[in-house]
Amino acid sequence: MAINTDKNSYTVIFAIVMVVIVGSILAGLFMLFRPQIEANERFEKQQNILYAMGINNNQGANDVVFIPTTEVEGEFQKYITRQVVLQGDEVIEDNEAFLIDIKKEATKAADPDYKRRLPLFQGQVDGKEVYVVPVRGKGLWDAIWGFVAMDKDMVIQGVYFDHKGETPGLGAEIKQRYFMDDFQGEGFLVDGQFAPITVAKGNNDPKNNLKNDQEVDALAGATITGDGLSAMLKKDIRLYVPFFKTLN
Amino acid sequence: MGLLSKKDSKLIFDPLADNNPITIQVLGICSALAITAQLKPSIVMALSVIFVLGMGNVVISLMRNIIPSKIRIIVQLIVVATLVIIVDLVLKAFAYELSKELSVFIGLIITNCIIMGRFEAFALGNGPWRSFLDGVGNALGYGVILIIVGFFRELLGSGTLFGFKVLGDSVEKTMLYALGYENNGFMVLPPMALIVVGIIIWVQRSRNKELIEEL
Repeated sequence: MAINTDKNSYTVIFAIVMVVIVGSILAGLFMLFRPQIEANERFEKQQNILYAMGINNNQGANDVVFIPTTEVEGEFQKYITRQVVLQGDEVIEDNEAFLIDIKKEATKAADPDYKRRLPLFQGQVDGKEVYVVPVRGKGLWDAIWGFVAMDKDMVIQGVYFDHKGETPGLGAEIKQRYFMDDFQGEGFLVDGQFAPITVAKGNNDPKNNLKNDQEVDALAGATITGDGLSAMLKKDIRLYVPFFKTLN
Repeated sequence: MGLLSKKDSKLIFDPLADNNPITIQVLGICSALAITAQLKPSIVMALSVIFVLGMGNVVISLMRNIIPSKIRIIVQLIVVATLVIIVDLVLKAFAYELSKELSVFIGLIITNCIIMGRFEAFALGNGPWRSFLDGVGNALGYGVILIIVGFFRELLGSGTLFGFKVLGDSVEKTMLYALGYENNGFMVLPPMALIVVGIIIWVQRSRNKELIEEL
């Protein structure tokens, strides 16, 4: 049996059949694996939030080691005392607040009638109240995001940054200890006003000894990732300022 | 003669040495440089490529008489892409950390020249069983180089294998480090992968003079 595989009609039908078959196989597999993938993403978020609060398994000076996935659920319950959603002036308790997709919320917020839901996690580390907020923005190639842990005066206690596809060795370094640790001690409030922290290339303070200059020394060769990170902090942290003002 | 005929075993074993896709055909170099800083991702990448290339070759070979020649390349791409997405989903579900580490490169298996090369050169003209052997053989040849490079880069660059500190602790200064040994940080960077691949090519060609290309 010889099929004339050069005919146009055959080519079109072949293409359609193939796409349908391949599409259903992939859709089926995705449904099959979805619960497992969602659980992994959930653990990752919990690990990141705890990391920002300073709860991790770091040992060496350059380690970024999370609480293992098998324990993270329990540790999260232990350290996070309260999860809230800020919507307008309202503060709503919600134990699933960490599942809110802040990317979707940011898109919806383009509609002026929509009251954006802002998740916030409150926890206690060494007897000190810590508030963790999620941030999300754009790097050079793709999304960057993270969690910022602050005390009630918006002084940073710890951060965790991650990225989807920044350049290895340059922008991808935002998730390295030597960069993230520089943020500790910097504050977002100056005289009660919001003052964003920027990633600065000026080399004014390369060792990051000044904690009230609103600047963190930039990564060499990662200008756009750094600028994106500054913009992300400015845009997302600002939303939480009214809440922090009610704390004092 | 055991399980395989002589011709069939040639399909598996040739790409391991004298017709190696990386060192002889110089295909698939990009991923060989990118993910070999440690042994574990190298092995996962090798396994993923064995799966994708083995299965892909079988699928293409089964369809070789019905694929319209006009959209041949697109059909091949769809087959690779489907298999790669399956690998990606499985890794996301069962090896999440690793899938994050390999993220882009799993997707880039699609563009790995070895795969399209074997589809075009072999699977389109041979039966499923022989295509399967050819696919696995070439992927193994690719994997072997990946693992050799990963082994040396992790050992000399970080002093570990699979994350175990086989040479002692570089911070605490135990074992080798107590004698003044230092890790070579350069090994972790991609350029050293190229040099390691270069050394393998050199060793291989000096052992078998027939492999040396004429200028």
